[in-house]
Amino acid sequence: MSTPRVVLVDDHGLFRSGVRAELGRQVEVVGEADDVQPAIELIGKLLPDVVLLDVHLPGGGGQAVVQAIKAEHPEVRFLALSASDAPEDVIAVIRAGARGYVTKTISTAELADAVKRVAAGDAVFSHRLAGFVLDAFAGAPSGGVTPAFDPELEQLTSREREVLRLIAQGYTYKEIARELFISVKTVESHVSSVLRKLQLSTRHQLTRWAAERRLT
Amino acid sequence: MGNVEDPERWHHDTWHGPWHRGDEPWRSGGPFGLRHRRGNGGPLRRDPDEALAGGVAAGVAAWRGFNVTTVRIVFVLVGLFGWFVPLYVAAWLFIPAAGAEANIASKARNDSAGIRLAVGLASLMVLVLLVAGAFHDGWFISWTWPQVFSVAGLALIWRNAPEQEQASLRRVLEPLGASPAPGTRKAGRAGRGVVLRLIISGVLLAAGLGWLFTAHANLALLRPLVGVLLVIAAVVLALGPWWLRIARDLVLERQARVRAEERADIAARVHDSVLQTLALIQRRADDPQKVIQLARLQERELRSWLFEGRDPNEGDADLTFAGGVRKIQQDVESSYGVPVEAVIVGDCELDDNLSALLAAAREATVNAAKWSGASVISLFAEVESGEVSIVVRDRGKGFDPEAVPEDRKGLAESVHGRMTRRGGTATVTSAPGEGTKVTLKMSRTAPVGRT
Repeated sequence: MSTPRVVLVDDHGLFRSGVRAELGRQVEVVGEADDVQPAIELIGKLLPDVVLLDVHLPGGGGQAVVQAIKAEHPEVRFLALSASDAPEDVIAVIRAGARGYVTKTISTAELADAVKRVAAGDAVFSHRLAGFVLDAFAGAPSGGVTPAFDPELEQLTSREREVLRLIAQGYTYKEIARELFISVKTVESHVSSVLRKLQLSTRHQLTRWAAERRLT
Repeated sequence: MGNVEDPERWHHDTWHGPWHRGDEPWRSGGPFGLRHRRGNGGPLRRDPDEALAGGVAAGVAAWRGFNVTTVRIVFVLVGLFGWFVPLYVAAWLFIPAAGAEANIASKARNDSAGIRLAVGLASLMVLVLLVAGAFHDGWFISWTWPQVFSVAGLALIWRNAPEQEQASLRRVLEPLGASPAPGTRKAGRAGRGVVLRLIISGVLLAAGLGWLFTAHANLALLRPLVGVLLVIAAVVLALGPWWLRIARDLVLERQARVRAEERADIAARVHDSVLQTLALIQRRADDPQKVIQLARLQERELRSWLFEGRDPNEGDADLTFAGGVRKIQQDVESSYGVPVEAVIVGDCELDDNLSALLAAAREATVNAAKWSGASVISLFAEVESGEVSIVVRDRGKGFDPEAVPEDRKGLAESVHGRMTRRGGTATVTSAPGEGTKVTLKMSRTAPVGRT
């Protein structure tokens, strides 16, 4: 695959120029935006492969950008990143349709790798996101589920849980594959499946979890 | 509005409610004990720490060595004679609190808005009393007249007392009158408002007088009533807008104070930690390891303050399991300068077994920080319904578990020992060049340990 075309959306100019300088070799940064509205216009015009999206933007959260673009251009992929991440904000961006989440402290090589993986259609989970997801799906689904309850969607398989645990412990996909005696492709498919559940689940617990988080 | 920016206001100690001191009489020998102890020999000072209202009774009690409760009962009885109440308020104003060098009155002298408020309230009360007096002239009215001065004095105290005493006053007064919403009128509408007000009050006055005169033949009976009505109308017209403005100023001032308090709180936080850290980082710019360590420490502090509402400097008396893991992260990072990536899933109360688990995890983390040479240590903790587990992992140099070097004996012995004594398990996986992984598991249904 050729170098992915990337749009940076972040309200900190310093951060954008830093990422542009560091990623310059490995991806093609085609545009930058600093807020929700300019970002939606720019992305609609440029149609990049990947949008690097700050979770927190002044004119509404990053999820507003994802929702607006997803409706018209489902082929554009989003990788969320942030420095200060309340779990419910991160989960909200993921549920809106982002294909992954990394923290801003990530190294340049890892960030470039994550962008490429997202461009290829994979999901990218940082250790922190893996922890949030495990937390959100913790325990058995509670009793008061909706009639449209799909058990397959509402729960993680033990294998998926295992993969998430290893991600949370800082393992790379390659290390996970070796640890669990599976291929890297299988690890990726587990992560993608978790992402799908996260986005489609109507899980009672997921909303309750978010509500509890907001309260505390 | 002169006092909004007064910095002194924001730095008083938090208020310890006087109502919680109900055990006081028993401490000093019976609720009505007249046991005469020796006074403290010093000058008469109010004692806000023991106060129900202004602390005058407590002050007198301490000064003369009486029982506080006895003094209070005497005060209340004497208070039935109206003039004693303003005397009490005056004492509150003029007797300095214990430990303070100036009394409240000296501060109130410079508070022109407060003096306006006091005069306004007093005049409003005079008006009410005039009306009440026209219909009724009993003990209550004669008791109430002196309270014109009490109210004025309390208004001054309310605005000028230290935070702690204001709180005690507010507690008593707040239920009596909820503040009206602030009506910040635009300048253009003010003129029309005045005209409208004058017209309406004129119409009401005319209608009222007309009705009175036509409905009752005997004018002699009505004469005092008419007089009173005229006086009220005149006073309301003359002073009404002024009262309203005072009320509005009061509300605005209160909002400004709340904002200033919030700002002061945030400023204190930013100053105490963020600016300090930035200064340290500038001074240590040549030591990248130290800079990273400082930045991470600050990040964690801010994060816990912003998202978890916890003060990082609070004690850990009621620490939960997740709090314990975070503490390990924090301590190891600040002691050894190695970043620790902690991911915590779920939380629960600590018991002896989990404390042992935390101790073992701390041991393993410290070990990794000291010996592995890894640039980052990952700490993963998960609370499940039946089991709590912690995984400490590094990508450092690792070791051969078969040939444990002398310097790593501590790990096996103390970590393994701690866990097995409590019915848990500890697994160490490592190979030279492959890093080390310590997996600790403790069952949650394990018998509760002896304390």
